[in-house]
Amino acid sequence: MTKYIIKRLVMAVLTVFIVATLTFFLMNAVPGGPYEAEKSISPQAKAALEAKFGLDQPLFTQYLTYMKNILHGDFGPSLKQRGREVIDIILTKFPVSAKVGGLSVLVSLIVGIPVGCIAALNRGKASDSTIIVIATIGIAVPSFVVCSLSMYLFGVKLGWLPTVGLMSWKNYIMPVFALSFYPTAYIVRLMRSSMLDALGQDYMRTARAKGVSEAVSLFKHALRNAILPVVTYVGPMMAYTLTGSFIVEKVFTIPGLGGEFVSSITNRDYMMIMGTTIFLATLMVFINFVVDIVYKIIDPRINLK
Amino acid sequence: MKRFPLSFQLKAEDFLPASDAEKQELVVMRESVGFWKDSLRRLVRNKVAMVSLVVIVIIMFFSFIVPSFYPYSYEQQQKGAENMRPMTYSQEEQARIDAGEKVFPHFLGTDKLGRDYAVRIMVGSRISLTVGLIAAAIILFIGALYGSIAAFFGGWVDIIMMRIVDIIYTIPDVLLIVLISFAIRRPLEQLSEQPAFHWIHTVGPNLVSIFIVFALLYWVGMARIVRSQVLVLRESEYVTAARALGAGNGRIVRKHLLTNCIGTLIVTTTLQIPSSIFTESYLSFLGLGVAAPLPSLGSLASSAINGMNTYPYLLVAPAVLISLIILSFNLFGDGLRDAFDPKMKK
Repeated sequence: MTKYIIKRLVMAVLTVFIVATLTFFLMNAVPGGPYEAEKSISPQAKAALEAKFGLDQPLFTQYLTYMKNILHGDFGPSLKQRGREVIDIILTKFPVSAKVGGLSVLVSLIVGIPVGCIAALNRGKASDSTIIVIATIGIAVPSFVVCSLSMYLFGVKLGWLPTVGLMSWKNYIMPVFALSFYPTAYIVRLMRSSMLDALGQDYMRTARAKGVSEAVSLFKHALRNAILPVVTYVGPMMAYTLTGSFIVEKVFTIPGLGGEFVSSITNRDYMMIMGTTIFLATLMVFINFVVDIVYKIIDPRINLK
Repeated sequence: MKRFPLSFQLKAEDFLPASDAEKQELVVMRESVGFWKDSLRRLVRNKVAMVSLVVIVIIMFFSFIVPSFYPYSYEQQQKGAENMRPMTYSQEEQARIDAGEKVFPHFLGTDKLGRDYAVRIMVGSRISLTVGLIAAAIILFIGALYGSIAAFFGGWVDIIMMRIVDIIYTIPDVLLIVLISFAIRRPLEQLSEQPAFHWIHTVGPNLVSIFIVFALLYWVGMARIVRSQVLVLRESEYVTAARALGAGNGRIVRKHLLTNCIGTLIVTTTLQIPSSIFTESYLSFLGLGVAAPLPSLGSLASSAINGMNTYPYLLVAPAVLISLIILSFNLFGDGLRDAFDPKMKK
């Protein structure tokens, strides 16, 4: 067990390191720099700015300095939003994204698991086929389609829900709906097939034969086994909600980290790109790491070697 | 000659050549059904898959063939025909109709620059389909090659190659796709100025950068599948049997490994198409995909969002079409998987 955890941890750190290095050289490979677009800046001022942020140094020196600072937890200042530290921006924007993302993950689990089970228990009936059809359509519709169409329908046409910002709880309904749409549909399909699988197993027949009540056999025997594939999906689902927020935050003008990431790329804010990339990559890799470990703990059949 | 009933003595008449009537009795009643025929039969019987195939063919016809003889082109701007509703005519066109001329209707109206929206949608879905098909081909090529090399050599080569796959697998893909497609756009544009690389200009630097991104990141899933397939097949009994019967490497690869892999390869590649289309529309929606004036379904939807109060059909049309394309490819891929999976045989 310890050996496995250490191995996975090394892989995780290596992945974050590779992502950071790749990002650093990729963004520097793009011709032009953060101050090219600002015409008003004089050459002297530009040189002074570049000297201030160390952009005049050779690329590899910049890389080494940056990596050293990162290890000390120093993400550097933002190049475009003057006087603000990258880490401050991330820490003020991330809770907004995390709230929407976390709610979406919760919603898709709370809706997806029971609906999938219901479909499996009613196999072949009308309710089952209805659920399958909706879920199949659900995984085919891109998030930006869900976003924009729900915004048109509920925000503009019916006027039920506000379309901009995050002022009240009503503002959360549409972004959370749009963001949890795909994962919910996916979990329903996953849960249905794994539940059908579990229901056909020998241990279910044994449970019934020895007189265990239907409820206990369902919850204790079938559900516990059927839910395992859903646990493995939690990692990718978190990654999906994090990156899906790029779109959702753009459409609903939510001041979160996803929108910040996209605009920092178009603005060439090197420090901001690096900071957000490393932050998001670490988050995703860490979540995947935890999910993997949890999975191995709750399923004793899996060999830890 | 009288014989004892339990005698082992052989009868001479048992060894006579068979008569034609006897031969006829032994002919197999049904033609033997090969792998392809069998799979095809199961596929054709699957109604959902066949309907999605028809939908795909219709969409392909409209996106690849119809625009070439459509009376409007996707970049042609008509003055005085801006922001028209579906099936309406501008003043100039109305005048021509009154004069007895025939004017081709704008089925979906026009956008704010006076471009016919129906043809833009068609060209947009052409871009999406092209991205999906070419990306799937690239992924199939790289993934199959990488996976089979890893499985074939085994040992240390395999371990190192698969560690690389593991790391690429855990890298958050969309994050890097956004970065890479942004980073390699300008270098590609510069490269396309050079005489030998003019083809980049005709294809469009953005499209090429999307292909490069897919080629760099998305082959890992395919490589894993191919490797595990080859590893299992290499050890299977019929390969050993074929080898024992004196079959050479070429025959084993052609007759046994490839035919048993090909179902999985086809299914994985088909299911890769919608996921590539998905990613391309995502990038275009964020403004990092195909550049103007070339439309893509994602960028069409993105630019329609601001005007959706007054012109909702500009948003609904590309949104519905992209969902339909992804849905039909998903369903067709599922049908293929059911058809090629021998465990599904009933």
